[in-house]
Amino acid sequence: MTKHRGRGVATVNYPIGMNLGGDPSQALVHSNPSGKFTVALSSIDLGQGMKSVTRQICAETLGVPIEDVYVDTADSDTGPHCMGSFASRGTHRVGNAVMAAAREARAVMMEAAAEELEVDANDLETDGRGNIRVKGAPQRSISVRDVAVAAQFRQGKTISGRGIFLVPLSDVDPETGEMSPATCYAHACLIAEVEVDDETGDVTVLKMTSAYELGRALNPKLVEQQLVGGAWMGMSHALYETPEPYYPDTRNGPRDFNEYLMPGPGDICPHDIAVLERPAPDGPFGAKGPGEMCANPVLPAIANAIFNAVGVRLNELPITPERVLRALKARGGAASSTRARS
Amino acid sequence: MRTPIQFTLNGEDVAVFAESGSNLLDVLRETVGDLTVKGGCWQGTCGVCTVLIDGAPRVACVTLAEACAGRSVETVAGLRRGPDLHPLQTAFMERFAAQCGYCTPGMLMAAKALLDRNPAPSREEVVDAIGGNICRCTGYEPIIEAILDASRSNSRRSA
Amino acid sequence: MLELRKDIFADERDDNLKEIGKPTARQDILGHVTGTSPYYDDHRFAGMLHLKILRSPHAHARIRSIDDSAAARAPGVKRIIRAADVPVNLNTLLSLIQFGKDDEPSLASDVVRYKGEPIIGIVATSERAAQEALALVRVSYDPLPAVFDVEEALKPGAASVNPTYPKNTFEYYGKYDHQKLRYGDADAAFAKCDVVIDERYQMSPIEHAPTETNGSIAVPDTNGRFVVHTSTQALFFSLDTSAKINAMQSNQLHFIGGTVGGGFGGKVDTLTEPLAILAARLTGAPVRHRLSRHEEMQFGSPRGAERIYIKDGMTRDGRIVARKVRAYFDSGAYTRLSSYAAVKCAAHIPGPYTIPNVHADVYCVFTNRTPATAMRGFGVTALDFALECQMDKLATAIGMDPIEFRILNAYRDGDMKAHRREAKNCALIECAQVAAEKANWPIREEYKRMSSRNGGAAAAPHAPAAIAPSRQAAAAPQRAPYDRVSAAPTQPAPSPTQPAPSPPPRAPQPAPAAPTGSSHGAPRFSSVFGTRRR
Repeated sequence: MTKHRGRGVATVNYPIGMNLGGDPSQALVHSNPSGKFTVALSSIDLGQGMKSVTRQICAETLGVPIEDVYVDTADSDTGPHCMGSFASRGTHRVGNAVMAAAREARAVMMEAAAEELEVDANDLETDGRGNIRVKGAPQRSISVRDVAVAAQFRQGKTISGRGIFLVPLSDVDPETGEMSPATCYAHACLIAEVEVDDETGDVTVLKMTSAYELGRALNPKLVEQQLVGGAWMGMSHALYETPEPYYPDTRNGPRDFNEYLMPGPGDICPHDIAVLERPAPDGPFGAKGPGEMCANPVLPAIANAIFNAVGVRLNELPITPERVLRALKARGGAASSTRARS
Repeated sequence: MRTPIQFTLNGEDVAVFAESGSNLLDVLRETVGDLTVKGGCWQGTCGVCTVLIDGAPRVACVTLAEACAGRSVETVAGLRRGPDLHPLQTAFMERFAAQCGYCTPGMLMAAKALLDRNPAPSREEVVDAIGGNICRCTGYEPIIEAILDASRSNSRRSA
Repeated sequence: MLELRKDIFADERDDNLKEIGKPTARQDILGHVTGTSPYYDDHRFAGMLHLKILRSPHAHARIRSIDDSAAARAPGVKRIIRAADVPVNLNTLLSLIQFGKDDEPSLASDVVRYKGEPIIGIVATSERAAQEALALVRVSYDPLPAVFDVEEALKPGAASVNPTYPKNTFEYYGKYDHQKLRYGDADAAFAKCDVVIDERYQMSPIEHAPTETNGSIAVPDTNGRFVVHTSTQALFFSLDTSAKINAMQSNQLHFIGGTVGGGFGGKVDTLTEPLAILAARLTGAPVRHRLSRHEEMQFGSPRGAERIYIKDGMTRDGRIVARKVRAYFDSGAYTRLSSYAAVKCAAHIPGPYTIPNVHADVYCVFTNRTPATAMRGFGVTALDFALECQMDKLATAIGMDPIEFRILNAYRDGDMKAHRREAKNCALIECAQVAAEKANWPIREEYKRMSSRNGGAAAAPHAPAAIAPSRQAAAAPQRAPYDRVSAAPTQPAPSPTQPAPSPPPRAPQPAPAAPTGSSHGAPRFSSVFGTRRR
């Protein structure tokens, strides 16, 4: 019985948004009488942080502190249409719609402030702390709260905005497959280090090291949540999961969590992550979406690491101990691949 | 047949009638109205419905409600003291230890059971304590770190 | 905390932002740690009933008869819902965007096509009463031959799974049973390669396994509408699908959700809402339709299995010259979203690499198993597994370091992709370089110096001849009548067409231009806003 160590790598990209586009999202932003803003959406937070990232986008675009913005979702009576939370589209599509709505609301807010301060709106800026002031003369300022009161009760303006973001639907050529699948892509490279037990076929992932490029990390902690959680799911896909263990034979499928195995808290490994940002020209503040890409590179990185460790190629998922042992037997035993690598 | 059940829930006396044979998860959610306990599998395999019964972590979905008569039941609704959050809740917030949040109530109760009897656990002891709680989103690392953080803040407070 | 490499691509970013970039606490975290985040099932209604479904035990069978008389008399049963009760009992999810034909019933009437297919529903005062009544329903079946393997399903004479698509494949463009990708001439190129590797990869289905199962509660509302609390990932998708199946106007439905206990793609299919609403209409009471864990595990749609054949040709210098892919998506018994995945898969081929000859056929195949759906990485996950295992085999065959091999073949700004669009905003090389450095994986200096932003090594000797992207009619961007075109850029409208002349795959790029401020949305507070309102 020997445990063999190996390392494997995978590099991937991921298209942002529904394939071919044609997946709009809308947002509404409005201020209450005291200058606090609500973002009305019908978008879904599955845990990826939809409510949180749209809140930050709105606050940044309006130029107000985050505490003065709240995201309300999802209600089909009050939230305008959103295609849904899938295809890594949320940050990009909904984020852009929120920006558009917030820009419109901000424009009204600045006009109202300009009227109160008797200056041109172009001479004003927000301080990000709840005030609007004259550029270069910050002592001449007015609070967003006072602007909201003035706008509503004296000027007759509504500090609100509407936004929609749509990537136009692309055609597909039936003969060549020519198409515009996406307007931007995220990227990743992940290195997995594994230990393979040549007697039991068990594969233990010891460490993951990765670099993800995702346009802009709007909230580094939300990004970290996705990358760490997604890598766990990738490991689970690679080594554990299937409702059809003998696919395409449908028998003996797991019925519950006793039979459908996933790695637990004792099976995780350290994951060292770097994030790169190359802004997408059409992303909100350049952001793309890491929500799906974060699982993908783990599967082949683990398979490649197993080859490096014991010299067998596993082409079928999940890579169960049974499959590792059968491959080792067919090969006549384990042997590290001969590539020189430190 | 409906049978009376009396127990303490988060320090308060509760007295309800429930169908004999009902499980504690259904009684808590449907009869008592404590919706902070969530249901994931209804067969005791995921840990989402973890509550404390006389301080021990139990999966409410396969616990007979009648067997809780006279016992102390704790759910996440009872974690905070008025406006003050439990150190575990604060730690989960600060460590971003929840994404969809559905496993969180069960995780918190499993963690509380650990810290109540072992205030300074090792990482291995934390892993063991939440080994019966499935999380599909976080990859567990932030949850483990949050529980360790809470244990350290507890010890700082009592030091 | 992860490491933010702000130094890379810094000249393309303005990092002078206030709220963006901060590790702000989640808006919903307090609700999560107090157990008060409102999932669909955290709403209670007086007199709520429970809907459970009788499911087929056979993968393929004709229903000879259904006797639900004993079930109708069972304690607690309020209503039995049969196929004939469903106003529009044939649908496909993507009919909402006019893609595909209606092929899936909400309740099977004459034939069942997968084990677990819904046949009738029972609405009762408790889940237990509903389940006990289900056990009293007598259904007699005539089993039919079933097919479970995608390639077997495509052979002549295979059992036909789905009558809407009798040859067991989706129909693309009214004429093909697969999505094609054709770029250059892969077959000719293989003949000139030094190394050819031909492999088969298989990914089996995957269950989403969210901790919260699919479910919804439909409630008759005070003004003749129905409120639906739902776990859906796509509110209007589910609302419009439910309206269609129930032959209702969309504004008769009020969908509430947005707080979901995990989805990963498994909560797009609108599995529970249509029948919950129908049950509420037929009983006049609130009805909850919730999948048990077993239902979620085996009958809630999984990620579809994929079988992928890849043949690659490489020259001695390590450049991949030709890639030929044949991929099969196992859609299960009905289409749902697999038809779309096949196109997305074709778009993803050959991966983030510049390969001058690419040929792919991607199939969406029907078999007698639970219909598949989207899951995290839809259309891409299995393909990336196959591509990256293949890349490793190629690197090994030529004795090259796996990371250097990827950097060599990686796409760069200005390269032409197989779907005839120019690569831009690339960053594969930089990700590989950073990961290698972090993992102490040595790569040679020349590979550390390569960049996505310029051609790097000399242009590949195998540049395609006249692969000119065809001119496509630009899809007219949708504009609302009140859209303010003249305001600060609200949505860039990317043109789907590209200029006709074909650039060589490694055209050297000029130094990147200085950042132009709001091109990617980072506002500079001094100038973008303050647009005078008309």
